[in-house]
Amino acid sequence: MNVLLVDDEVEFVTTLAERLEIRGMTVRTAGDGEAGLAMVADDPPDFMVLDLMMPGIGGLETLKRVKASHPDIPVILLTGRGSTKEGIEGMRLGAFDYMMKPIDIDQLLKKLEEAAELKKD
Amino acid sequence: MNVKEWPSAIHKRFLSIHEAGSAPDRYLALRRNITVVMLIVTILPLCIMAGINHFQYRKSIKNEVIEPLRLLLNKTRHSFQLFLEERLSTVRFVSTAYSFDQLVDEQALGRVFRVLKNEFGGFVDIGLIDSNGVQISYAGPYKLLGKDYSGQEWFQEVVIRDTYISDVFMGYRKFPHIAIAVQRMEETGRSWILRATIDTHVFYELISAMGLDPEADAFVVNQAGILQTRSRFYGDLLEKIPFDLSAQTYGPHIIETVDPEGREVMVAYVGMEKPGFKLVVVKPRALVLRTWITLQGEMFFLFFASVIVIIVIVIKLADAMVINIREADERREVAIHELEQTQKLSAIGRLAAGVAHEINNPLSIIMEKSGLMKDLLAFTGDFNKKERFEQLVDGVIRSVGRCKTITHRLLGFARQKEVHFGELDLNALIKDVIGFLEKEMVYRNIDLRLQMAEDLPQISSDQGQLQQVFLNILTNALGAVDEGGRISVTTWKEDPETVGVSIQDNGAGMTEETIKRIFDPFFTTKKSGGTGLGLFITYGIVKKLGGDIKVHSKKGEGSTFTVYLPETAQQGDAAPPEESR
Repeated sequence: MNVLLVDDEVEFVTTLAERLEIRGMTVRTAGDGEAGLAMVADDPPDFMVLDLMMPGIGGLETLKRVKASHPDIPVILLTGRGSTKEGIEGMRLGAFDYMMKPIDIDQLLKKLEEAAELKKD
Repeated sequence: MNVKEWPSAIHKRFLSIHEAGSAPDRYLALRRNITVVMLIVTILPLCIMAGINHFQYRKSIKNEVIEPLRLLLNKTRHSFQLFLEERLSTVRFVSTAYSFDQLVDEQALGRVFRVLKNEFGGFVDIGLIDSNGVQISYAGPYKLLGKDYSGQEWFQEVVIRDTYISDVFMGYRKFPHIAIAVQRMEETGRSWILRATIDTHVFYELISAMGLDPEADAFVVNQAGILQTRSRFYGDLLEKIPFDLSAQTYGPHIIETVDPEGREVMVAYVGMEKPGFKLVVVKPRALVLRTWITLQGEMFFLFFASVIVIIVIVIKLADAMVINIREADERREVAIHELEQTQKLSAIGRLAAGVAHEINNPLSIIMEKSGLMKDLLAFTGDFNKKERFEQLVDGVIRSVGRCKTITHRLLGFARQKEVHFGELDLNALIKDVIGFLEKEMVYRNIDLRLQMAEDLPQISSDQGQLQQVFLNILTNALGAVDEGGRISVTTWKEDPETVGVSIQDNGAGMTEETIKRIFDPFFTTKKSGGTGLGLFITYGIVKKLGGDIKVHSKKGEGSTFTVYLPETAQQGDAAPPEESR
């Protein structure tokens, strides 16, 4: 499974990447929306984990653009604000699900699996 | 003043009022001050008015009463003088009209005497006295011929002044009379005196003609204060009267004094031309001033009645005012308290959301780092103290989990702005919530008593948030009761627009201090360390749904939380903070 993590919090994103790799995934990371979009354009991942609060174009805009170019990539949103409003907005824009930080890795894996199931269908 | 500062300014002022003394003392003092000031303001002018009236009336009434008395005195004095003058001129006429030789003849004198007696009345006798003071001719009932008057005082006086009127004296037959003497100087140089004695019964006629009341007295006294007529109350003829009438005035004079019997009397007197004679009228003051005293009595009654009415009204008014002020103060206290709570909610909520968000990021990192450590440990072979490391990492993860609960609740609180209204059955909702806790209740042997109103109307509100409200309150109740404790949940229709829910436990109860802070954020009494946000959030939700929440509790007797919800929720204004920055 090829996962792209997009989050400006480097410490968080690298650690999460390492943990996912331990669990047998191929993980790439990006520090902001633009970098993430470039990676998607370069080599589309199977899944995308996207933080909503980022400098630059921000999570929702990134999501929009990803969905525009690659509507089949499931995107799981991360939010540090606990706002359902943004989460719901994200879902409306085509995100697969959203999670509140700090996240539980098992939950994230579960959601990824669900997304994979859905993708298979 | 900045708008945001005013609630605290009001609160400070309120506090300063409060600190001025314990509340009941303050209101007692206030009531006392109001009463005193109002009494002074009302009664003082009344007293001044009553005083002025009193003296004015007294003056005018006295004048009104005394004036007729003066007139009467003057009139009667004239009558007395007229009588005496008349007798004197009669004697003078006789002395001029007849010669010594004619009068020395006792038969002739007797004829004159009879004429005087018949025509003028009051004449008792008449005598001719020669210049040596010897009575040489006499007509009358006594044998006074040859009596020598030369040594008597009146004789000396008549020789000098030509006329003389005596004081009253008792004659031989012991009845009162006065003597009138006239000296006649003939051209020949011979002088003689004609002396007549006059009965004083005319005095009594004159006095009775005054028409005085039975309580009043009138009499004539001489210069020494010796009674010249009989007095009704102050002694017999020729006795001394008990009043000092020494003040000399031409017109009538009035003194107020107390007579020997202790009666307050007014003594009015006037001097007569006959030297030393005074006509005196004595009237009891009560009689003179009867009208005045009646009026005074009525005025006093009116005055005291007014004062009593004023006092009663002032006291009632002050009471009512103080009660109103007190109620207003209490209402203000409640309002300020609620305002404060709202302000606190808003400020803390905003702050909490911000802090929670900021903390969430580092928390995520800790979570992931420790998660990675755990992962790495899992994939690493045994080494010294590996198990210990695993325990430590688990501890970190657990703690982060707890932090996460707090931050998510805070953020959840901040998110409460979004309300999703829907028709709901409150009874069913509460039963659902109880369902979550049923296991614990059974396990702890809690006696749960439900009293759900059958006729409870459907209400329009936010189901999810109400669930949180009742879950929070019920969780607290469960925390408060011991094993085997009792929790009662009651619902009812409070009024056409409101439904009520009370959750009562017989647990530990709370102190006053705890009740005051129960809805404050981060306030907890749970030893195990609750987040202190449950009731804070509960309060916010209930207020936002347009409802109200009240707590009654007594240490050791349990607590009752009562939630009032409108049938149709309208966004309350005590909404928690806006989450967006």
